[in-house]
Amino acid sequence: MTASVTQLRQHAQEEASRFPALLARAEQLAGTVLLGEHGRRRAGLGDDFWQYRPMRAGDSYRQIDWRRSARGDEQFVREREWQIAQSVQIWVDPGASMRFSSDKALPTKADRARLMALATAVLLIRGGERVGLTGWMLPPRRGEAQVLRLAEILSGDSEADYAEPEARGMIPHARALFVSDFLGDLDAVEAALTKAADRGVRGVLAQVLDPSEEHFPFEGRTIFESVGASVAHETLKAGDLRARYLDRLAERKARLEALCRLTGWHYQCHHTDQSVQAALLWIYRAMDGGHG
Amino acid sequence: MTLFGILGFTTPWLLLGLLALPILWVILRAVPPAPIRRMFPGVVLLLGLKDDEQVSDRTPWWLLLLRMIAVAAVIIGLSGPVLNPEPNREAAGSGPLLVVMDASWASAGDWRARMDALDGLLARAGREGRPVAILRLTAPEPVRFLAADVLRTRIAGLEPTPWQPDPDSVAQITTMLPEGDFDSYWMSDGLARDGREAMLAALENRGTVTVFESPRSVYALEPARFEDGTLILAMQRLRPGPESAVTLLGHGLDPAGNPAVLLRAPISFEAGALRAQSDLSVPAELRARITRFEVEGTRSAGAVTMPDDSLRRREIALLAGREDREGLELLSPLHYLNKALVPTADLLDGALLDILPANPDVIIMADVVRVSAAEEDALVDWIEQGGLLLRFAGPRLAASDIARDREDPLLPVRLRAGGRSVGGAMSWGEPKTLAPFDEESPFFGLDISDVAVSSQVMAQPDPSLAARVIAQLTDGTPLVTRKPVGQGQVVLFHVTANAEWSTLPLSGLFVQMLERLAVSATTTTPDAAELEGTTWQPVRVLDGFGAPRDAGTLPGVAGDALVSAALGPDLRPGLYTSDDRALARNVITADTALEPVVWPDRIPVEGLSRPQETPLAGWLLALAILALLADVIASLALSGRLRSTRATGTAVAVVMGVLLSAPEAMAQQDSAAADEALALAATAEVVLAHVLTGDDALDRIAAAGLKGLSQTLFFRTSVEPADPVGVDLERDELSFFPMLYWPITPEQPTPSAEAYAKLNTYLRSGGMILFDTRDADIAGFGSNTPNGRKLQALARPLDIPPLEPVPQDHVLTRTFYLLQDFPGRYAGRDVWVEAAPPDAELIEGMPFRNLNDNVTPIVIGGNDWASAWAMDQRGNPLVPIGSGYSGERQREIAYRFGVNLVMHVLTGNYKSDQVHVPALLDRLGQ
Repeated sequence: MTASVTQLRQHAQEEASRFPALLARAEQLAGTVLLGEHGRRRAGLGDDFWQYRPMRAGDSYRQIDWRRSARGDEQFVREREWQIAQSVQIWVDPGASMRFSSDKALPTKADRARLMALATAVLLIRGGERVGLTGWMLPPRRGEAQVLRLAEILSGDSEADYAEPEARGMIPHARALFVSDFLGDLDAVEAALTKAADRGVRGVLAQVLDPSEEHFPFEGRTIFESVGASVAHETLKAGDLRARYLDRLAERKARLEALCRLTGWHYQCHHTDQSVQAALLWIYRAMDGGHG
Repeated sequence: MTLFGILGFTTPWLLLGLLALPILWVILRAVPPAPIRRMFPGVVLLLGLKDDEQVSDRTPWWLLLLRMIAVAAVIIGLSGPVLNPEPNREAAGSGPLLVVMDASWASAGDWRARMDALDGLLARAGREGRPVAILRLTAPEPVRFLAADVLRTRIAGLEPTPWQPDPDSVAQITTMLPEGDFDSYWMSDGLARDGREAMLAALENRGTVTVFESPRSVYALEPARFEDGTLILAMQRLRPGPESAVTLLGHGLDPAGNPAVLLRAPISFEAGALRAQSDLSVPAELRARITRFEVEGTRSAGAVTMPDDSLRRREIALLAGREDREGLELLSPLHYLNKALVPTADLLDGALLDILPANPDVIIMADVVRVSAAEEDALVDWIEQGGLLLRFAGPRLAASDIARDREDPLLPVRLRAGGRSVGGAMSWGEPKTLAPFDEESPFFGLDISDVAVSSQVMAQPDPSLAARVIAQLTDGTPLVTRKPVGQGQVVLFHVTANAEWSTLPLSGLFVQMLERLAVSATTTTPDAAELEGTTWQPVRVLDGFGAPRDAGTLPGVAGDALVSAALGPDLRPGLYTSDDRALARNVITADTALEPVVWPDRIPVEGLSRPQETPLAGWLLALAILALLADVIASLALSGRLRSTRATGTAVAVVMGVLLSAPEAMAQQDSAAADEALALAATAEVVLAHVLTGDDALDRIAAAGLKGLSQTLFFRTSVEPADPVGVDLERDELSFFPMLYWPITPEQPTPSAEAYAKLNTYLRSGGMILFDTRDADIAGFGSNTPNGRKLQALARPLDIPPLEPVPQDHVLTRTFYLLQDFPGRYAGRDVWVEAAPPDAELIEGMPFRNLNDNVTPIVIGGNDWASAWAMDQRGNPLVPIGSGYSGERQREIAYRFGVNLVMHVLTGNYKSDQVHVPALLDRLGQ
């Protein structure tokens, strides 16, 4: 009992020590993207002045800005900037397969995925959106405190080798961000996307891959094992498998892309040796573009 | 051992292991390399993929070949391969084996190789169970056959002797040979000599004879000769060969007394030549130090030669009592000595006290009666240190009353007044002749014919007289007496050194006696007759390898045997001494000629020329390890484990770093350049200097003071000094500066001994130091200030003459200005300068005495002149003096003192001499 409590506490401290770093990095990363990307730049519900326009049929008298209208003969309506808040739900693959990097100099896929997701969340929350996780654990909310909660929950790991996307608790017409290596069962992904599409949820699929998964630089007699050691495959000549492996990978990517096209999602593949900033910018644009 | 041409194997059956190689090939080929476990999330994409080839991945053929080479190298290496193996000698019978060794100096050069050959021979004999005996012809012992293994343990004790087997003992050995038949193995040194034939015949009577001879040439170094100022070293070699160069080394003690190589002389044999010679010009001092010459890299007594007195030229000082008879050369007391000594010695002349520091070997005084007390003390000291004082009598000595009542330290005996004359025109009797020499006499054995003595000084009868006589006349009166003093001796010839009193200087005996007394040394080796009757004690002897050893308790050798007898156990080569003479007996003499021995055709001669046996096992096993290392790397590369090249890169970088890190040349501060700059600055103009005391404020004031004085000199006189400099006594050269200003602080460090030496040189060579205690108090008698005490401490090691307060008529009072006192910041009382000579007196009509001719080397005062002189850049005084006008007046007088001082330094007593101007003008008639 005591041991488990101690263990838990130690674990918690380890985790806690991890996510401020993650948070700090995410905020720093978000800071680089925030510049120049602000506001919705269209009329809508909000507090900030957007423009005056002549009154049209259908406008209620309450909308007329009398101070402006008193300066002339026409009646003007004061429009405010559109500031409606959107709900964004995030899912980051907690599976063991994400905890892999082929080189000490590279981050693990999980690390990269969390960073991307959290940085996106920071950006969105600063933009006034409500951000949460799929499923029931953390419904979308606004405010900086939500970032902390997100970071905490994102730091959790799952034991399973390949995790399935969480598509429950989707808020209709919300936005979604799925970050994973998508090496698990694609049918589950398809089911999740279909379910989301049914509810009018659109979003972004970001696939994070390690360079070794992209290039398969192996030779010789090798036994390949998954991170959780649940799956293994032995080959006598790893080099001979390269072409067929790459075919299968391309096929998988193509299927994901087709799925996204079908459901109105965006798909992007990111490698851990590439710039995380570019990936974040793309995700942010893709999320934002979804509004249009 | 099995032989395959030039390759042999000690355990050839191990080579059967090579048969297993093809099987190993098949097995290795069948076994695939072990798999790597690799974590890879993308494994799901691989599931279900089949390998194209169902056959397992084979090890590539070149890797297999590498492994085969490694295994083959191990197998062959373990089977003991030997290149150029020792062939099995033809079975030379099974009887006893007698190993005959010349074991002379000529075989010492390659003694190690000979012992190795002997060891192999004994090992073989041991395997064959043959009893063996070893017979050294140079040190014969009765022959006893022993088990070879027993003898093998004694090989280390065998050493070559520095002599050769002599024919007599060889003949004797032939009678010592044991009964029965035996085979012989003769390890020859290659030199032809008498007695070989007889020995060979005796051995051949008993069995077969095999001769072992080294192909290496034997070098022999002839004794060094000294002819016409040239040192001649000559070498011989046994067999003609191609052109070759060797180096001769001259060993001796360096001036510090440590053994060192003092001389290196290259000497080269022309192609086909048997003899080579090198003429060297070597300074006498160096020549006298050399104790042995040797051929570099050759360990043999024949390649070493020891020089003796023949290389040495003694330094002899000649002093005569009268030099007043110009033109009468033949009557000069030194004429015959000169003639006798010039060929073999370096002669010195001069005053006795000038000669003694040169430490001559001998001082000869011909008819000198008295020397001064100081000279006598110095002379006695010199004799006690080992000098030889040789005196000749003469009319003056006979007329003097020296050594009448008591023994003179510089004469061996007491003398009777007047001497005596016999056989002259005015006297009765015949001139006396010499009595034969005693055995104790150093002259024992010399021929005494045709010497006649007509006059002599007579010794007083004395208890000690008999022991001191080393030569006497037929009537028993002493002719030569000798007395030891300390380590040296005093010898008196009771006759003159010229032919006035005796015919001794005209005879050959005179020269021989001088030689015996080690006054002169011959340049040629004396022959046996000359050395008859002398006994020579060995000092250092050579062993067979040519290494000098202490002679220890070896017995003395008779003089005639020393030069004529053959070397042997009783006469070892080395350096022998008798009294003060030294004679070297070398292995090689001037008439030694090396001649190779010619063996009859029937005798098989072996040599060392066969290629050396080389075991190859080590090389092969190393090759196997290298191949296995390469296999490790290749296997790693093949199985993809060598993907991370970072470690390799790091290792390469480290190696390259080590290789490329050339030692960075440290830029050394070139102090020589700084010294040169100082010298240039100090000599281009007159420069005043002050001694740096280490007290910054004081040094600044001193510099400013000298600057002010320099300015004053520049404006008022024709002395135009440059800026003053501060000198560091330890580092800087002082001789550039006419004067040094030395302010005293109690804290300043005392200069080192070197600095004091420099200061003394500076003072003696005309420099002047102005000491300033800056306490206005030094001149007060009995006063004692810290600065004054410091000055005493500083000046104690200096070479300072007696001092006195500046007298009224000192030249310092009038070199430029007329001064009465010498104030600085303080108007202290006296200033001290070098005292006037005691005989300086005031001459009537002269305003002042004629004092020292030189500049006073020291001026001591306490008036803090630098403060009074000190001036800033604009010429304003730095330190206030006194008050109002009187202070300014005092400063002015201080400047005037400075001007006078510099003038005194630069012009000396010029102003004193001005007093003579009226007289000179008067004499010139103006």
